[in-house]
Amino acid sequence: MARQAKHWRTAAVGVAVLGLTLTACGGAKVGDSSSGSGGGADGSGKCGTFNLAVNPWVGYEADAAVVAYVAENDLHCKVTKKDLKEEIAWQGFGTGEVDAVLENWGHDDLKKKYITGQKTAVEAGPTGNKGIIGWYVPPWLAKAHPDITDWNNLNKYAANFKTSESGGKGQLLDGDPSYVTNDEALVKNLKLDFKVVYAGSETALIQAYRKAEKNKEWVIGYFYEPQWFLSEVPLVKVNLPAYKTGCDADAEKIACDYPVYTLDKIVSAKFAKSGSPAYDLVKKFNWTNDDQNVVAKYIAVDKMTPEAAAKKWVEANRAKVDAWIK
Amino acid sequence: MTVALEKPEKSGTAAPVAPVRSPRTVGRRPLLIAAILVLWLALFALLRGKQTLSLAAADLTDLHRWFNDVNDSIGANRDTNPLFLYFFNEIRLVIDTLVTFVRELISQPSDARPLPQIGWLGVVGIAGYVSWAFGNWRVALLAVAGFTFFGLQGLWQESMDTLALTLSSVLVALLFAIPLGVWAGLSDRFHRIMTPFLDFMQTMPTFVYLAPLTLFFLIGGASATIATVIYAAPPAIRITAHAIRSVPETTVEAAESLGATRRQALVKVLLPMSKRTVVMGVNQSIMAALAMVTIAALIDAPGLGKTVVQALQSLDVGTAFNAGLSIVVMAIVLDRVTTAASVRAESARRSQSRLAAWRRPLLGAGAAVTAVLVYLSHTFVWAAEFPGEGGPGSSVASAADSATTWVQDHLSGVTNAFRDVLTNGLLNPFQSLLTDSPWWLVGVVLIALGAVLGGLRAGITTAVCVGLLVGTGMWSDAMTTLASTVFATVLVMLLGVVFGVWMGRSTLVDRVLRPTLDAAQVMPPFVYLVPFLALFGATRFTAIVAAVVYAAPVAIKIIADGVRNVPAATVEAATSAGCDTWQIITKVQLPMARSALTLATNQGLIYVLSMVVVGGLVGAGALGYDVVAGFSQGQLYGKGLAAGLAIVLLGVMFDRITQAAARRSSA
Repeated sequence: MARQAKHWRTAAVGVAVLGLTLTACGGAKVGDSSSGSGGGADGSGKCGTFNLAVNPWVGYEADAAVVAYVAENDLHCKVTKKDLKEEIAWQGFGTGEVDAVLENWGHDDLKKKYITGQKTAVEAGPTGNKGIIGWYVPPWLAKAHPDITDWNNLNKYAANFKTSESGGKGQLLDGDPSYVTNDEALVKNLKLDFKVVYAGSETALIQAYRKAEKNKEWVIGYFYEPQWFLSEVPLVKVNLPAYKTGCDADAEKIACDYPVYTLDKIVSAKFAKSGSPAYDLVKKFNWTNDDQNVVAKYIAVDKMTPEAAAKKWVEANRAKVDAWIK
Repeated sequence: MTVALEKPEKSGTAAPVAPVRSPRTVGRRPLLIAAILVLWLALFALLRGKQTLSLAAADLTDLHRWFNDVNDSIGANRDTNPLFLYFFNEIRLVIDTLVTFVRELISQPSDARPLPQIGWLGVVGIAGYVSWAFGNWRVALLAVAGFTFFGLQGLWQESMDTLALTLSSVLVALLFAIPLGVWAGLSDRFHRIMTPFLDFMQTMPTFVYLAPLTLFFLIGGASATIATVIYAAPPAIRITAHAIRSVPETTVEAAESLGATRRQALVKVLLPMSKRTVVMGVNQSIMAALAMVTIAALIDAPGLGKTVVQALQSLDVGTAFNAGLSIVVMAIVLDRVTTAASVRAESARRSQSRLAAWRRPLLGAGAAVTAVLVYLSHTFVWAAEFPGEGGPGSSVASAADSATTWVQDHLSGVTNAFRDVLTNGLLNPFQSLLTDSPWWLVGVVLIALGAVLGGLRAGITTAVCVGLLVGTGMWSDAMTTLASTVFATVLVMLLGVVFGVWMGRSTLVDRVLRPTLDAAQVMPPFVYLVPFLALFGATRFTAIVAAVVYAAPVAIKIIADGVRNVPAATVEAATSAGCDTWQIITKVQLPMARSALTLATNQGLIYVLSMVVVGGLVGAGALGYDVVAGFSQGQLYGKGLAAGLAIVLLGVMFDRITQAAARRSSA
C-alpha cells in the first residue's frame, strides 16, 4: 500500500515538474517562421498542386525527382508524387488523380485506351531519352567470347546457358511482366535452342547480372537502356537481326530486334488545358540518356535521396533547366 | 501473405486418443494411395505430353478476354454510372476523410501547420499510457521503447503513416467484422454461408484486386485502406463467431430460464463472456493489416511499405531491412499490447484487492502526464519532430548490408549446388509428372486421393475444384504451382517436426526461438528477396525458400503446442517402461500429436500458397507470374484474375482434403 502511494505521489510531482520546466524553457514553437520546416506553402502562387506519377524504376524516379525539384523551387508548385505502376497511373488521368507520366515506353495499348478511346490523356512530346531494349550479356562473357554478340552464334553456346529452370535448353532470362517483350516469338522464329524464363521483377534480373559478372557465370537476358545499373556493370548488347519498319507488325512472326523507342510524356487532358506552369515544364522537359543515368546513379548507387540528387544535377546544369521554365 | 487463422474448433478440443485400431484398417489406406500413384506413373509413361492444356505467356482464353472487357467498361463508365456517383464515391469519401484525419493527427502536416497535430513525444506518451491502461506496465514499457525505436531508425513519419493506415483499416474492419461475427456465432446457417466468402477473401492474392480497387475507389489512402480491410476483416469475423460459439450452452440456458430475452442474453451474457476472445480477433486483424503494408504500397499507400518497395528497386538490402525491422517492431508491440489487454480482466480480478484502490488515481495521473506530453508535442518543435538524423537506423542498415554481402559471397556456391540437386532430383521430375500428364489423368488422381484421404465429401469438393481449375484456362500453370507448393510444404513439415518437437520438449528452446519465429512471420518478404536471389538465383527454388521462411514458423508453433499437450503422465509412463528419448518422440509424442500435425500441414499449405505471388517476382513463374502480369499489363488483366481464382481453388482443395483427413484421423 505504502509503496503504491509513493508511486502516485512521485507521478503527481513528475507531472508538475515536467509541465513547469518544459513550458518555461520552451524552445521553438511549431509554426514559428524560425522553425524552418514547411515553408513551401507561402510561395505557392498560381501553380497549385501538381500530381506526378512515379513508375517503379530508378530511371523514372530520376525524371520525377528533377521535374519535381524544378516545379517546387522555381515554379513554387505543391508537388504530390504518387508511386504507381504504369497501368494504374494511366487510370489516374481520368479520375484527376494523376497529372503527368514522364517516361512512357511505347505502350500503344494504353495510348489507344486512354488517348483515342476515353480521351482522358494527351501526349506531351518526347523526353529526349532513347529507349533501347534487347538481349544483353555480362561484360566478362563478351570479352571471353566476342562472337557471342552475334545472334547467329547463340545456338553454339546454348548449352552453357542451361539452368535448373530451362528444361535442357539455354536460358533466356526475362524480367518484370510490365516490360515490352517479344522474346518468346523471337526464340521461336530465330530457331534458337533457348527457353524464356521469367524472373518476374527487375530486381531479380539485376541481381542475376550482378552475380553473373562477379562470379563469371553464363547469363543472357532481356535488359534496357537508359538504366542506372549499366553504370555499375556495363552489360553488352547482343545483335539480333536489325530492325526495319514494319518487321514487328505481326506479333507471332517477329524475327527482328526491338526498335529504338522514343520515350515520351503523357499528361491528363485536364492538366493540359489548365494553364498551370507545371504543364509547360512537363512539355518542355527534355534531356539525354546520360543526364538521366547520372541522376539515377546518384539515387541508386550513391544512395542520395531523390531531392538531393535532383538538387545536385540541377545546380550543375542550370542552363538546361532554364530552358524548360522560360 | 495470409495470416489465415487456425481452425480452433477442429484442433484443440478433440484430444487425440492413442491409435488403437485393428491392423487391417490401418493398412488399407496407404495401400490404396500407393496403388493410385503406381497407376498414375504407368499411365504417365504411356501418355506423356498429351492433352496438357498448356497456355503460352501471352495467350488468352475467352474467359480472360471477357474479364478484360468487364474491367474496361467499368473504367469507361465510372463518371456516369449512378452506382459510382452515389455508392462507391460516398464510401470513398467517408474512408478518405477518416484516413486523412488520422494522418493529420500523427503523421502528416495539415493545411495550416507544417507538422502533424501530435508530435513524437505525444504519440509515445499516448502509446505508453494506453498500453498501461489496457495491458500492464511491462507492455507499456515495450510500447514506449518500440515507438522510440521508430524515431531512432530515422523512420518516424513513415512509421506513423503505417500506424495511421493500420489503425484506420482495423477500425473499419471491426465495424463490419464484429456484427457479422456475432451473427455467424448465433446462426449456423449464416456461418455456413459466410465461410466460403472468408476463405475467398483470405486466399485471393491481393495483387488481383489492387488494380480494380483503384478503379472503384481511386488511387490513394482510401483504396489502400479498403484493400487492407478486405484482408484484415476475415480473422476478426472468424474469431468473434468462434468466441460466441464457445460460450457454454448451459450459461445461456440459465440466463434464458431466468427470463432473459434473446437480446438480453446476447448483450448481458454472450458478449461479455466472449470479450477476451474477441480481443484476440482484433489482434489478428492488426497482424493481417500490417502484412498488407508493403503490398498496398504498390497503389501509393503511404508509410514503411513504400520505403521497402523503393529500396527493392535499387537492391538496397540495408534500407529495406531497416524499414522491415520497424514493421516487425510495430507488429510485436501491437501484438503484445492487445494480448495483454485480452487477459487484463482476469489478471486484474486475481490481484484485485491491492491494486484496485490505487488504479483510478493512477489512471488519472497518467492521463494528466499524457495530456502534458501531447500539449508539448503540439506546441514545441523539439517534441514534435524527432531529433537526430536516424544514426542508429543507418548503422542497422549498413550492418544488414555487410551481413548479406558476406553471406552472398561465401555461401552462394554451396547454395547453388544444394538448389541444383533438389531441383533436378526432386522438383523437376515431380513437376513434369503433374504438368506433362494429360489433364484428366491428374484430375482423376487428385479426386481419388481426395476421396481416399478425406472421404466422399472431400472427393466431391476436389472434383468441383478440378473442374473449375480447367475452366479458368490456367491448368498447366496451376500444376506447376501445385508442384512447387507441395514441395515447399514438405520442407515446411520437415522443419516443423524437427523444431516443433524440440520446442515442445524444452521451454528454454521455446523461449529462445519464439521471437525469431514471430519476426520471420511479420518481416515483409520483399526484404529478404534480394539476398535470396543472390543465393539461389531467379528460380522456382528461391520462391520455395521464401515460402518456407514464411510458412515454417506457423507449422513449428502448432506442432510445438501439440507435443506440449501430450499428457506428462503418458510420457512418464513410457520413460519408466524403458523407452529412450528417440522412442518417446516417435512412438508416443508424435503419434499423440497427430491432429496437431494435420493442422500444421493444413496451415503450412495455406501459408505457402499465400506466397505464390511473391514467388512470381523471383522466378517461380506460373500462377504467381500471371497474377503479377495481370496487375502490370491491361491486356493480361483477365488472365491475372483467372490465375488468382486458380490459387483460391488450389487453396480450397487443399484445405478441404486436409481438414477432412484430420477429422478422420482423430475420429
